Amino acid sequence: MPEYFASAASHLPLLVESLHRRGYRVLGPTVREGELKLEELAAATQLPVGWVDCQAPGSFDLKRTETPAYFACGVGQPSLKNYLFPAVVRLFEARREGAGWRLIPTFMEDGPPPAFLGIRACDLAGLAVQDRIFLKGRYVEPLYEKRRRRALIIAVHCTQSRETCFCASLGTGPRATAGFDLVLTEVLEGERHYFLIEVGSPEGAQILKEIPHSPAKPEEVAAGEALVGKAAQSQTRMLETHGLKDFLYDNFENPHWDRVAARCLSCGNCAAVCPTCFCHRLEDTLDLTGEVAERWRLLDVCFTVDHSYIHGGAIRPSVRARYRQWLTHKLATWVDQFGCLGCVGCGRCITWCPVGIDLTAEVQALKETAAGGK
Amino acid sequence: MAPEPQLPETRRSGESGYLLPQLFRVESRRRETRDIYTLTLTAVEEGRKWPFAPGQFNMLSVFGLGEVPISISGDPARPGHLVHTIRAVGAVTRSLCRLERGAVLGVRGPFGTCWPLKEAEERDLVIVAGGLGLAPLRGAIYHALAHRAAYGNVELIYGTRTPEDILYYKELQAWRGRFDVRVHVTVDTAPPSWRGNVGVVTRLIDRARFDGPHTVAFVCGPGVMMRFTVQELLTRGLTLDNIYVSLERNMQCGLGLCGHCQLGPVFICRDGPVFPYSRVKDWFERREA
Amino acid sequence: METVEAVLGAHPFFKGLTSRHLGAVAACGRLVQFKAGEFLCRDSEEALDFFAIISGSVAVEIFTARRGPLATSTVGEGEVLGWLWFDKPYHWHLDARARQFTRAVALEVKALKEACEADHDLGYEVMKRYAHHLAVQFRIARLQLVDMYGS
Repeated sequence: MPEYFASAASHLPLLVESLHRRGYRVLGPTVREGELKLEELAAATQLPVGWVDCQAPGSFDLKRTETPAYFACGVGQPSLKNYLFPAVVRLFEARREGAGWRLIPTFMEDGPPPAFLGIRACDLAGLAVQDRIFLKGRYVEPLYEKRRRRALIIAVHCTQSRETCFCASLGTGPRATAGFDLVLTEVLEGERHYFLIEVGSPEGAQILKEIPHSPAKPEEVAAGEALVGKAAQSQTRMLETHGLKDFLYDNFENPHWDRVAARCLSCGNCAAVCPTCFCHRLEDTLDLTGEVAERWRLLDVCFTVDHSYIHGGAIRPSVRARYRQWLTHKLATWVDQFGCLGCVGCGRCITWCPVGIDLTAEVQALKETAAGGK
Repeated sequence: MAPEPQLPETRRSGESGYLLPQLFRVESRRRETRDIYTLTLTAVEEGRKWPFAPGQFNMLSVFGLGEVPISISGDPARPGHLVHTIRAVGAVTRSLCRLERGAVLGVRGPFGTCWPLKEAEERDLVIVAGGLGLAPLRGAIYHALAHRAAYGNVELIYGTRTPEDILYYKELQAWRGRFDVRVHVTVDTAPPSWRGNVGVVTRLIDRARFDGPHTVAFVCGPGVMMRFTVQELLTRGLTLDNIYVSLERNMQCGLGLCGHCQLGPVFICRDGPVFPYSRVKDWFERREA
Repeated sequence: METVEAVLGAHPFFKGLTSRHLGAVAACGRLVQFKAGEFLCRDSEEALDFFAIISGSVAVEIFTARRGPLATSTVGEGEVLGWLWFDKPYHWHLDARARQFTRAVALEVKALKEACEADHDLGYEVMKRYAHHLAVQFRIARLQLVDMYGS
């Protein structure tokens, strides 16, 4: 039985101030230029109060609303990946010295430690997946490790699902179960606006002491848990994972791949917004004088022809092969590589696909085609 | 499950040297064929050695231009010199093949799995190389010949396009000159001046002498060649577990992190490039995998 | 002095033939030898003989204007070279040149054909071996066509 505390919503700004006092850079959702971003917040007022998002395959709309909720929006494009595994990193600089070179590593440059506010369960699940990739493999990713260890996370249980969410079927949400220092449930009941708070770590407990709070009453807990429960039940999409890995291994030549390929633009949006996709490429540059070279690490997607290029040609020249690679990796080979599924049910790939391809529907179609449909 | 080759030490958190190239200097450059050169490198840092196991590769950097994976072709018993045989097919490899003595480049590695030389002891050892595939096998040949008594029959089978494309000509002659190893060389086409075999490399497997069920094979070359070689070896009584291949994909980081070199569930740079064929057969034989 | 029958009996292509069938095949053959540089057959000649190589080495060559004669395979001890034609005499599309002193059995194709017509059991045994030989040749030829060493 988790131990809940309660605190009025008006205390949220104090939480943000407390984080600033501890030297953290506070990063959370905010609406800027008509988009839902994940950026540095100077104060709690910069959270997307009065906004709510409407997501569907291939569409994302932000609408004004009367509700004073801080966390009414779901997840936008960015996830923790944007900060822990940035899309552009300069690995090193090489300067000519006589007949040779001098290397200056630059990849560990960093600012103040991040405190993330408003992270959803699906993104915490994504974080757990990326921990396996970057911290538990033969080689550790050093920048990810540094930022990860320094990061503080204040999560939020979702009290409303979007049409594209399917975390409930994967067991990755809407309730966050691990990986946070504090987790909040936002409750609006008539005139009352308060947060239920659960502690996830010693540092979380320390921070909680700095804002007014009290043990939560049973009816407050019931209200909060009911909201999260409803968020789970209201989800319409699902992904059945039992036997999915072997199914995809056996369906490499399933005719349905041709049908998805006819729609897929191989733009790579899905991979770019996915909180677990980790492909990246290395690029070397030289300045105009020829004296200073740099190596950059850039986020990449497996949808490009270049991705599988090897002297002479690409291994996966067709869109069919590339879409199949992405889906089969995400839902099958990933399991053999990392011991977990690559998908966390956040639904971003469905929302941000320009043609609205829904991987839950594609998996279903593959199964139906295999079972004898056309 | 086939025995896995010995892996290099896991790099623990806190170390990140594997992201940064070490500086090496070109000691010598030798032209092997029209577009293939062998570079011998020594560390800029005095006396620094680079221990490796045959089958592994390094990432070679031309600063400002790019980085490429090249297998290590040297003698593992001489880790003070790094030997890399490179074919000039792209911007970076062309640049590497033009480096003069004294030029400085970057080296990251060694990465990947190695030929299971220990596991092959007390068995017949058949090495089948096609074209540039001889380069990743050369270190294994040096090792096997230096420890000749540990193996049964040792047969080296090498095929390439024409006599002008033969790699390591002098070494092949030296190996052939020994009485305890048989070397079979063939080319696909040849002018009349060529005195050796003409025909595909898989035909030479017929002539090699080994006891199939007690043999380990190391195979490296173009994908097509490896597939057909595996089939021939199976008809001679080897099993999929005892045939080892070296695979190639677009490798960039060498660490199993950038995702480019995946073949189904394996990362070629980290779980390979040397694999028992049983481990990769399914995915290797799929198209556009 | 060894007989054609004894020599053919030891040749892998004819392994497993009964002594009666071996005798019938041997009746179509004669022992031949070629010095280095001599041709077993030449491009566009009628293919009168089918060769079983006993020792030595033969280069199978195609002449190209740009590169001169190009060997596409070498045939040695224990192997065969030639075409068994049925309807009309086949004309060689290649040269076969002995690279060193080479001994062979030359089987007259017309006589072999007649022996097979007269004894269908013999015919089947010869065709089985010939069909397998052709299948292997096709597989090899395809692999060489693919030019697998090209980058």
